[in-house]
Amino acid sequence: MISTFSIARLELLIAQRNMWVATSVILMAMFTVVLTLAGGAPSGAIGVDPLLVAVTSITTLSVYLVPLIGLLLSFDAVAGEAERGTLALSLTYPLSRGEILLGKFLAHLCVLAFAVAVGLGLTAGMTIWQYGTADLSFAPLIKLFLTSIALGAAFLGLGYLVSALVRQTGVASGIVIIIWLVCVVLYDLGLLGALVADNGGYFTKTVFPWLLVANPADAFRLFNMPDISVPELASGVGAAGAASSAPAQLVSLLVWPVFALVLAWLAFRRVEP
Amino acid sequence: MTVLIIDSVTKTYGDLRAVQGVSLQINAGERVALLGHNGAGKTTLMRMILGLATATSGSIRVLGQQPGSRSARKVIGFLPESVAFHGSLTGREQLRHFARLKSLPLRKADDLLERVGLGHAADRKIRTYSKGMRQRIGLAQALLGTPKLALLDEPTSGLDPISRHEFYDIVDDLSAAGTAVLLSSHALTELETRTDRIAIMSAGRLLANDSLSNLRQQARLPIRLEVKTYEDSADHVATQLGGARSNGRSVSLTCQQDEKVSLLGRITGLGDMVKDIDVTPASLEDLYRHYSVGPEDRT
Repeated sequence: MISTFSIARLELLIAQRNMWVATSVILMAMFTVVLTLAGGAPSGAIGVDPLLVAVTSITTLSVYLVPLIGLLLSFDAVAGEAERGTLALSLTYPLSRGEILLGKFLAHLCVLAFAVAVGLGLTAGMTIWQYGTADLSFAPLIKLFLTSIALGAAFLGLGYLVSALVRQTGVASGIVIIIWLVCVVLYDLGLLGALVADNGGYFTKTVFPWLLVANPADAFRLFNMPDISVPELASGVGAAGAASSAPAQLVSLLVWPVFALVLAWLAFRRVEP
Repeated sequence: MTVLIIDSVTKTYGDLRAVQGVSLQINAGERVALLGHNGAGKTTLMRMILGLATATSGSIRVLGQQPGSRSARKVIGFLPESVAFHGSLTGREQLRHFARLKSLPLRKADDLLERVGLGHAADRKIRTYSKGMRQRIGLAQALLGTPKLALLDEPTSGLDPISRHEFYDIVDDLSAAGTAVLLSSHALTELETRTDRIAIMSAGRLLANDSLSNLRQQARLPIRLEVKTYEDSADHVATQLGGARSNGRSVSLTCQQDEKVSLLGRITGLGDMVKDIDVTPASLEDLYRHYSVGPEDRT
């Protein structure tokens, strides 16, 4: 455990000095502030909880940003060390590969959580400053924070997996960008295309809801949308059933990080530095 | 006490036989130099001792333990051939990290930084270090916790002559403390006085494994003598000793180790005609060439 923490500590120092911490925080802060300000403009008139409005727009943003940050933090983890020669050295020390991976994961998760916390903290602060605390419900905000971390963890794991499989940072960076594109953009486009082609048939009613929730980015999006939009979406695609329920989305969000990390660990175990 | 036992180890990568039937033992406090061209199998052998690669056949034991096992890794210090530590960390941060991994007090890391002459630069980023300083960080981490077996892969590449000298002082201290040292090198001259035994590898095979003087004897490489004389007596000296005039005033001779003393007697018997004598034993370079070329007639 000491080894894991020592690795986490070192990775945090590196992330901080490489400006990864600053970059992630600035990215998150900038976008959340803009969305909070933009989201707040119309809500005042219609009397919806302004925090809920902000959470909705930030959810849409986080679907893109959190996986991106996660992948950028992680793609170098194994490949970079293999290229520098420090991986071979680390592996001659009395510690397991699992400990190495876990140490890096803890550090990167901290960076990610910190960036999301700063962003959402700014949102909460600005909303309170504008409207006071009377009508605000903080539950969606906390839900968003926790699920963002789960989403980020899933993509950290995928990043390590790629890093361990290809062992070259250049190639790894290319592949993680492709993964990002597929998960947050192309996957939805593909599903949409299939829906249109299927025209309300078997695929739409039974397969589609599960495919939707199988993608952690979509599970995250559905889970954090305000309650009104879920039945809307469900009715839009017919009997979505259990797949579009909150527990299924939550399971997807919790299983993905574990699944990705286990795969990454298995790939890392096969690396001969 | 035998620290490292390598018993007829072979490693193949597909058709490539990186290491073939190598057997080697190293005792506590012994300093062994592993010599060989690039691709001779030195690094592969070290990687197998470390457990980073597994032998195709044969066995390796580090203090009786399987290579790569936690207990084996605890007693090994390793300096990789080319290692680039993360530039944004300071030397102290990097070395303290390694001390934590070995469950040592952080003070050990600080002491070692002083020991390898990095005390003044310990809190600077590794990015600003010269190649020699980076190599010293690598050496310092290999020394952490006084390992029972130190594996040093090309430890002096990139070091200037003074640093090399200091490096071998550290190796001497290590072996005095009972560490078995296996180091690989291209720089032959510096090994002459600084190692107890020399192992020569070529194309994956271990061709020689003995002390320098024994290797010299086995190889029967000639000793060169240069007799300085006077212009008018050079021809006489050359015919007397059976050598050749190499220039106007000196005569070159070669002889085997066992003939050396009698030959020297004959030279001194020439009296005033001899001004000076230079005796040059076969150098490590000669030996290395002797053993690494034409392995088929020696095994």
